Amino acid sequence: MIRFEHVCKRYPDGIEALHDLSFSIAAGEMVLVTGRSGAGKSTALRLIPAIERASSGEVIVAGQNVGRLKRRAIPYLRRRIGLVFQDHKLLFDRSAFDNVMLPLALSGYPARDAQRRVSAALDKVGLGERARAMPVALSGGEQQRLAIARAIVHRPALLVADEPTTNLDADHAREIARLLESFRQVGVTVVVATHDESVFAACDARRIALDRGALAA
Amino acid sequence: MRNWLAQHRDAFGRAARRLAGSPVSTLLAAAVIGIALALPAAGEVLLRNLLALGSGVSGRPELSVFLATEADKGDAARIQARLRRTEGARSFRFVAREQTLERLRRTEGLAEVLDSLPHNPFPDAFVVEPADASERSLAQLRETIAAWPGVEHVQLDNAWVKRLAALLGIARGALLALGALLATALVVITFNTIRLQILGQRDEIELSRLLGATDGFIRRPLCYFGALQGLAGGAVACLIVLGSLEAVRAPLTELAGLYNLAFTLRDPTPGDAAALLAAAAALGWLGAWLSVSRHLREPRAGAMPAAPDPTR
Repeated sequence: MIRFEHVCKRYPDGIEALHDLSFSIAAGEMVLVTGRSGAGKSTALRLIPAIERASSGEVIVAGQNVGRLKRRAIPYLRRRIGLVFQDHKLLFDRSAFDNVMLPLALSGYPARDAQRRVSAALDKVGLGERARAMPVALSGGEQQRLAIARAIVHRPALLVADEPTTNLDADHAREIARLLESFRQVGVTVVVATHDESVFAACDARRIALDRGALAA
Repeated sequence: MRNWLAQHRDAFGRAARRLAGSPVSTLLAAAVIGIALALPAAGEVLLRNLLALGSGVSGRPELSVFLATEADKGDAARIQARLRRTEGARSFRFVAREQTLERLRRTEGLAEVLDSLPHNPFPDAFVVEPADASERSLAQLRETIAAWPGVEHVQLDNAWVKRLAALLGIARGALLALGALLATALVVITFNTIRLQILGQRDEIELSRLLGATDGFIRRPLCYFGALQGLAGGAVACLIVLGSLEAVRAPLTELAGLYNLAFTLRDPTPGDAAALLAAAAALGWLGAWLSVSRHLREPRAGAMPAAPDPTR
């Protein structure tokens, strides 16, 4: 599903975030990308939906060389991936329901089906009752679950979550971990960056440990 | 195709809701655009009226053929016969010297002067309407008639029409330049309003791009926003022009009456109004398009926020 081949990423400020990183992730696998702060986890995850581009090396996602994609093709790559951001990036001017609707709206999904799917996604993350709530009225854990609902509403084959459990207490963090694993159980490839792998101890997940931009020895 | 239509309908709806959601700024923008467009639009209406005046009064150019004062009725009859045979003359009428005298005697203040003269100072004359109003055939006809015996002078009566046409030509050029300037202003105004819209929706736009929105998806509602705002401005411009016309109609008719001109102010047609509205909407769309394109091409657009990220 994902293959990194000798990937280097250098930022304009000269910091080398990734150095000759190679790994691959099979379809249907759950992988934890672990490491301390600054190890390059987030950078590695950002290369997958072409939010950043590798300075050298190749990033292959579902058979596509992401680094060579034309600008116009990038939206279609991103629509096939579910993204969960560390700061969840919810829109606070609209309801939970409308937040989850966004990925379907922007791909021109037929409205009636879309509403059913949004409801299903909210049920899946346990927010079925809070559809009309505004994000600001939700707790931290609920906000993160809402972000996950938004990431899976279009049923992507690949779910990429960057530090989804930061800022959550241990119970809520484990709840999120269980939720993410439940997607692996239905065949979704799940990639999670975390600096706290203990949260995912109960998950059937492989670990890719990074240290200073390379695979840890 | 249905999907495409649905996306446009959706984008249009979002744009309309945003405009309706902030009525004050919408009205202000419409007023600014309306005033900018009203200037060239009003100029155009004025110009067309003047053009109509120019062509309405003269109809077509006429030649005044003055006979020599010593020519007698026999000469006049011979010339009349020649005119009848001249192909370049579509029609003509004879103005007898007595007639001219009578007419001018009725003019205030002239009667005494004319009465004091020993004899009728006016010649017999023909007013000839040429078959062909082109510059060359007019000159030719004039030369032909001037060469006839008994003809003293042939005058082309369209000189003032030509002068008016020349002036109006200059006015038209100036109006075009003004129109182009203000059209640019409209694009700039829209560019700026859309930039503010983009800044206001920054989070939504950046998130949408991360989730796989195409440039078109981002662009569409903003372009509709610009077009609708232009349309509103065009409507304001129409109202301003029609209002101004109403205000000057009575005094202008009175003025025309003083000059003995049968002049009625011509209103712009619904087609003119539609053209103005369409142009305003198109310019609004263009301004929005440019503004969104600029934003989409910004280097960091579509990437994660540039905030330092300690976990990198």
